[in-house]
Amino acid sequence: MTGPVAARAEATTVERVFREVYGQAVATLTRIFRDITIAEEAVQEAFVVATDRWLRDGIPPNPAGWIVTTARNRAIDDLRRSARGRELLEQLGAVAATSPDPGTDVSEEDGPVRDDQLRLIFTCCHPALRPEHAVALTLRLLGGLSVDEVARSFLVSESAMAKRLVRAKYKIKAANIPYRVPAEADLPERLRSVLSVLYLIFNTGLGEPERGPLRSEAIRLARALVGLMPDEPEAAGLLALMLLDESRASARTSGGELVLLRDQDRSAWDRTMIEEGHAIVRACIRRDRPGPYQLQAAIQAVHCDADSFETTDWSQIVALYDQLISVAPTPVVALNRAIAIAELEGPGAALTTLDAIASDLENYHLLHAARGTILRRLRRRDEARAAFERAVRLATTEADRRFLAQQVDDLIEGGQRPAAS
Amino acid sequence: MGQYLLSTYAVEGEVAGAPSSPEEMKQFMDRVVTLEDEMEATGTFVFGGALHDPDAATVLRAAEGGAVMTDGPFVESKEHIAGFYIINAVDLDAALGWARKVVDAIDHPIEVRPFRATGRVQA
Repeated sequence: MTGPVAARAEATTVERVFREVYGQAVATLTRIFRDITIAEEAVQEAFVVATDRWLRDGIPPNPAGWIVTTARNRAIDDLRRSARGRELLEQLGAVAATSPDPGTDVSEEDGPVRDDQLRLIFTCCHPALRPEHAVALTLRLLGGLSVDEVARSFLVSESAMAKRLVRAKYKIKAANIPYRVPAEADLPERLRSVLSVLYLIFNTGLGEPERGPLRSEAIRLARALVGLMPDEPEAAGLLALMLLDESRASARTSGGELVLLRDQDRSAWDRTMIEEGHAIVRACIRRDRPGPYQLQAAIQAVHCDADSFETTDWSQIVALYDQLISVAPTPVVALNRAIAIAELEGPGAALTTLDAIASDLENYHLLHAARGTILRRLRRRDEARAAFERAVRLATTEADRRFLAQQVDDLIEGGQRPAAS
Repeated sequence: MGQYLLSTYAVEGEVAGAPSSPEEMKQFMDRVVTLEDEMEATGTFVFGGALHDPDAATVLRAAEGGAVMTDGPFVESKEHIAGFYIINAVDLDAALGWARKVVDAIDHPIEVRPFRATGRVQA
């Protein structure tokens, strides 16, 4: 290919390949050198070499292997220059011997090893790291996002994010957080921690529009995790939950304003994602090892299955919430269950349920929004307005605030009109 | 092999969950002795024990003409270190495994902190 257009296309392809192989390469290099910083720097150097070479000669058949071999050779050359580096190389022994030029030969063990990525996921999501550090590290190391991209998605400065990453890597190294898939006995707890980091990435993507890419990144990482741990039903459950939630993304707002599930244009829901999500949920049900993510996915599956809000199978949804509350008895689950009860048994029953949990969620805007909605249905307008006003003050995103303020306004206007019937 | 400090803290002189009756005290000590035996047998135990109150502490500071001493702990605070173990562990997961056993035995929060590889301590 010649000409600036073809060159730009090539450059874009190279960028995309970098992004795809970054996590694999860093994971494998971390295994070889037992140090994340060495791995990251070596991969960066290999990318510099690759940019020139690939634009000239084309992308090699095994780009990840090419990057790993080049990065390994570079790192070894760098380490040989210092006494400490030579000491480290001696400790690592034969693992870190240079390989032939990757242009001519990519040895078998330089192919990305799937277990390497799994090890790195468990390191990045170790429960000894604070969640915001684990999230940043996972996006940077496994997602291949640049520090700036990670910073922007968390609305912090690049230097603040860089500090966060440095601190997380310092703890991994100083405390010697192992680079290893945990032992069977620790696996449930450690997997929970991985899943909650991925879900946190997804949920962070739900707020402001500029955070949107986090959702597809979370789905990509969850999909990779399911590929690595196909026998873990909760990993599959999390993927299904994300897909079914994301399938409604474009219907959730209209002109920047929030649209409730009740009012959404269901023809705008993404059928491909729903079908994939449904297939996973069905497989989970067959496997019959339910857990919190699978149950939440099943609830979303019922919603996605319904032609309208009114024809939704609410008894099925309440039954699933009952099951969810038995394995994950959190106030937020109880709140969502109460909202479903409003549809199944009516607003009176829902209000009783809500008031029983209100003290646990006093500062959560969605509790007050739900109370407002239910009180409005009970025609207790003043109380409904007070609840929505409270929700406006507690809301965390601009879109939520606008939506809730609208509910307050509607109640004021409606109250001023003479009762028509 | 690295070394880790597992420390526990008293708040205003009280160790929450500490045994209050002689019967509880005996059970507590039995659990601690069993755990320390296990640490010893596996080559984990380096050193450890419970400390006297901070009122028993003395601080020395370098000064011209020799170190000067003052009565009391280094930091005036509500929380003071009440006891610790120093253990050998291959990595943080191994150290956390022991910390969990200490928590089970004494029912009190444990801070796990790695030693730097300096002097006689190996990374």
